[in-house]
Amino acid sequence: MTEKILIYDKSKPGRTGYTLPKLDSSEKEVLSRIPDKFKRDKDAALPELTEGEVMRHFIALSVKNHHIDTDFYPLGSCTMKYNPKLNDAAASYRDFREHHPLAPCSSAPGMLRIMEMVSSYLGEISGFPYISLQPAAGAQGEFAGLLIMRAYHKANSEKRSKIIIPDSAHGTNPASVAAVGYETLQIKSNEKGIISPETVAAVMDDTVAGMMMTNPNTLGIFESHIKEIAEIVHAKGGLMYMDGANLNANMGIFRPGDVGFDMMHFNLHKTFSTPHGGGGPGAGAIGVAEKFEKYLPFPVLQKEPDGRLWFNYDRPDSIGRLQFFNGNFGNVVRAYAYIKTYGGEGLKKVSENAVLNANYLKEMLRDEYDLPYDNHCMHEFVLSGSRQRKLGVKTSDIAKRLLDFGVHPPTVYFPLIVPEAMMIEPTETESKETLEQFAASMNQIAEEVREKPDYVKNAPYTTVVKRLDEAGAVRNLDICCPE
Amino acid sequence: MTYIPNTDDDRREMLKKIGVGKIEDLFENIPSDLRLKRPLDIPALSELELLREIKTLSSENRSGLVCFAGGGVYDHFIPSAMNTIMTRPEFMTAYTPYQPEVAQGTLQVIYEFQSHICRLTGMGVANASMYDGATAAAEAVNLSLRTTKKTKVLISQSINPLYAEVISTYLSGTDIELTVVPMKDGHTDFNRLEDMIDENTASILLSQPNFFGLLEDIKVAAEMIHKVGGKLIVNIDPIAQALLKTPSDCGADIVIGEGQPMGIPVSFGGPLLGFFAAKKELVRSMPGRIAGRTKDSQGKTGFVLTLQTREQHIRREKATSNICTNQALCATAASVYLSLLGKTGLKKVALLSAENAQKLSDRIFKIEGFEPYFKGSFVREFAVKTPKPAEEIILSLVEKRILPGIDAGRWFNGMDDCLIIAATEKRTDEEIDRLISGLKEWAMVNVLS
Repeated sequence: MTEKILIYDKSKPGRTGYTLPKLDSSEKEVLSRIPDKFKRDKDAALPELTEGEVMRHFIALSVKNHHIDTDFYPLGSCTMKYNPKLNDAAASYRDFREHHPLAPCSSAPGMLRIMEMVSSYLGEISGFPYISLQPAAGAQGEFAGLLIMRAYHKANSEKRSKIIIPDSAHGTNPASVAAVGYETLQIKSNEKGIISPETVAAVMDDTVAGMMMTNPNTLGIFESHIKEIAEIVHAKGGLMYMDGANLNANMGIFRPGDVGFDMMHFNLHKTFSTPHGGGGPGAGAIGVAEKFEKYLPFPVLQKEPDGRLWFNYDRPDSIGRLQFFNGNFGNVVRAYAYIKTYGGEGLKKVSENAVLNANYLKEMLRDEYDLPYDNHCMHEFVLSGSRQRKLGVKTSDIAKRLLDFGVHPPTVYFPLIVPEAMMIEPTETESKETLEQFAASMNQIAEEVREKPDYVKNAPYTTVVKRLDEAGAVRNLDICCPE
Repeated sequence: MTYIPNTDDDRREMLKKIGVGKIEDLFENIPSDLRLKRPLDIPALSELELLREIKTLSSENRSGLVCFAGGGVYDHFIPSAMNTIMTRPEFMTAYTPYQPEVAQGTLQVIYEFQSHICRLTGMGVANASMYDGATAAAEAVNLSLRTTKKTKVLISQSINPLYAEVISTYLSGTDIELTVVPMKDGHTDFNRLEDMIDENTASILLSQPNFFGLLEDIKVAAEMIHKVGGKLIVNIDPIAQALLKTPSDCGADIVIGEGQPMGIPVSFGGPLLGFFAAKKELVRSMPGRIAGRTKDSQGKTGFVLTLQTREQHIRREKATSNICTNQALCATAASVYLSLLGKTGLKKVALLSAENAQKLSDRIFKIEGFEPYFKGSFVREFAVKTPKPAEEIILSLVEKRILPGIDAGRWFNGMDDCLIIAATEKRTDEEIDRLISGLKEWAMVNVLS
């Protein structure tokens, strides 16, 4: 029997969770202006509860979530750092929240000014002179960048169809490539976990539109040959895209725009700490070199000599509109507050401490777990659970056991090139003590794997639900509660 | 440094354990010619100074505009209880629920969100959300292409023109033929539609109500497109939907829309909430995350992300979309909103909005020089023919802190004299009076003199 835990189970006809003004006329009169053929047959079967009951329902649900304000969240490539509350306070100003996106630009100079400043800071951090805040998320930034590549090649009357992608790339890279109608040309990382220029040279020809790279890559290793690689790609007419998911390692240290990349995207929700919200909303600005400016998605923020800012929609070479309005402004304000809290020198400290924390944690875990690429890492590193796998315990079991220690597990089974991968990104906002505690938990689990593997395989023990039947969820698909 | 707990002592001890002398040594893998050799030129401010600065910037806006603009996002009332729930860090600072045992809150909220959307639209399945209504529309078009294997897409000229722009961007890398079905008197021209549909047509996208607020006979389109095995995609306004026949009853295969009216601030256009629902048989080709109900190892009910083999982190270039995030927090807001308003409240919001629109239109069309742009029934938004370009009226009334609507001429050639006005339950009689007298005063100065 299904337990009665849904909000519908708590609903009772006649209860209300709102008060609203009265109609001047009547329901009948208002509806009389809508022809019958358009009218709803019966009311939508939404729940009926009092405000107090709704509150209890959602608060009870909320406490079932792991979140960054209570515990460590070392998900690799996700940059789960602390979300400063100042940023939320800034985004919640009424004048921001209540301004309609189609109101004239002249009514929104403060908001446009914030967008302009965030653009200039992202330009300073990345080395790209032109920034668009339009993309709604990182994947949409990739999509925009690839459309810009396409538009550029088309303008040069070139037919190119492939994008080179390392085997360590995020899944969104090949998916975005497919979305713009290109094909993925996957290449192998070398024994050091990075891309060799020779590997690129071997596949680079005039059918290749460009190459996408993440730097540092998803193994947490800096791609030290990017300059040579960019030269090889550029020499044959290709373009270089940087996936900025791992920008948290780079600020004040390395600027992609200075060293051969033509464009990149930023994940404001990662590097600049806008809350992840249980899976979104994000914000995925892009930066481009000068010759690609004309292809940027519209609207483009433009400045008059007198300082007046406005949205330019008249952009004949633009790749077009990416999303509904002007980008995820609420997250742009948060990123503004974050960047300016640190300033240039502070942002460099962010990256330095992120890298320090990752290396420290790696040192504490290297005895118990396999370290496929043993080198100083950047902001994250990848362990392999192969040693534990030989004892019959999978990485997914280790992840579930970690839940009993109150920590969120690392990203598991990614990158795909490491068997039983655990990708760990501690971020700069975690203390030495937290890292030590996490290492102690991981090392205790390694010991448990040796001594009582079944105990690990049956974890977790302390969570509100035990292991969930994911295969069953697919087989007996139940994704919407019938009326 | 703010938010960084490492002290100098911590750093020394950590470096010692790592076996290097200074932090700089950790960056030895970065060749020196790739290094930035100067500090980033960005100023820093304290919390107090920063909040003061941002407050000043926010007040530079022409704030407190009484909003009669719509076009997909609307100025609805957001109940006070929502703020308490929406600022819970448990919802705000959690990540994607990849470890379901510690994400039952987010997962159940998404499952309930999907269920609410299905109940509102009558459709069989819904996903966890997309970026916004416009990208949901583009993804819907892609779903129709994937499932029919056809190569032609039709969109009505009467849909939101911003949707049309986004769809065009999303298809720009493909060979798909995207054609606009012209409108007649503000409605989709069904005669032309019939001529334009052929065996290669994957789908037709309509909006109910359409961009001009008018109601469309979408059933007619359903019959036409189904004859050739194509899909009917319908964009809806979730508030108006409380009064309108479900798209499912009208034969829709895919239903999408902008969810902002359900308890989400307009926020200058983002973040927003795209919702996405479809017929059951399309579920395995749907884009985006989906939450499902299942059991744990002890038989207890729980929730997981399901059908993940459609998604980019598993399928990579063969995924149904490149989308990774959903708008989970915005979907949470919509869930809370629909739970508070419920069966009777959502309908009341729709009725109050419709009544305000009726009051507005009755009074505006009595002003000399203002008349209905099109004939037809509407719910809460309508188009007004203005005696001079609508843009002039908007700029003039904004000075009086009224945003009278949106200017259709921005997207429709020859329609500079079309002002689209929207109403919500939030507009008071006094505000309606202000708009009416604003329009009258403007007309006195600019038309009659």
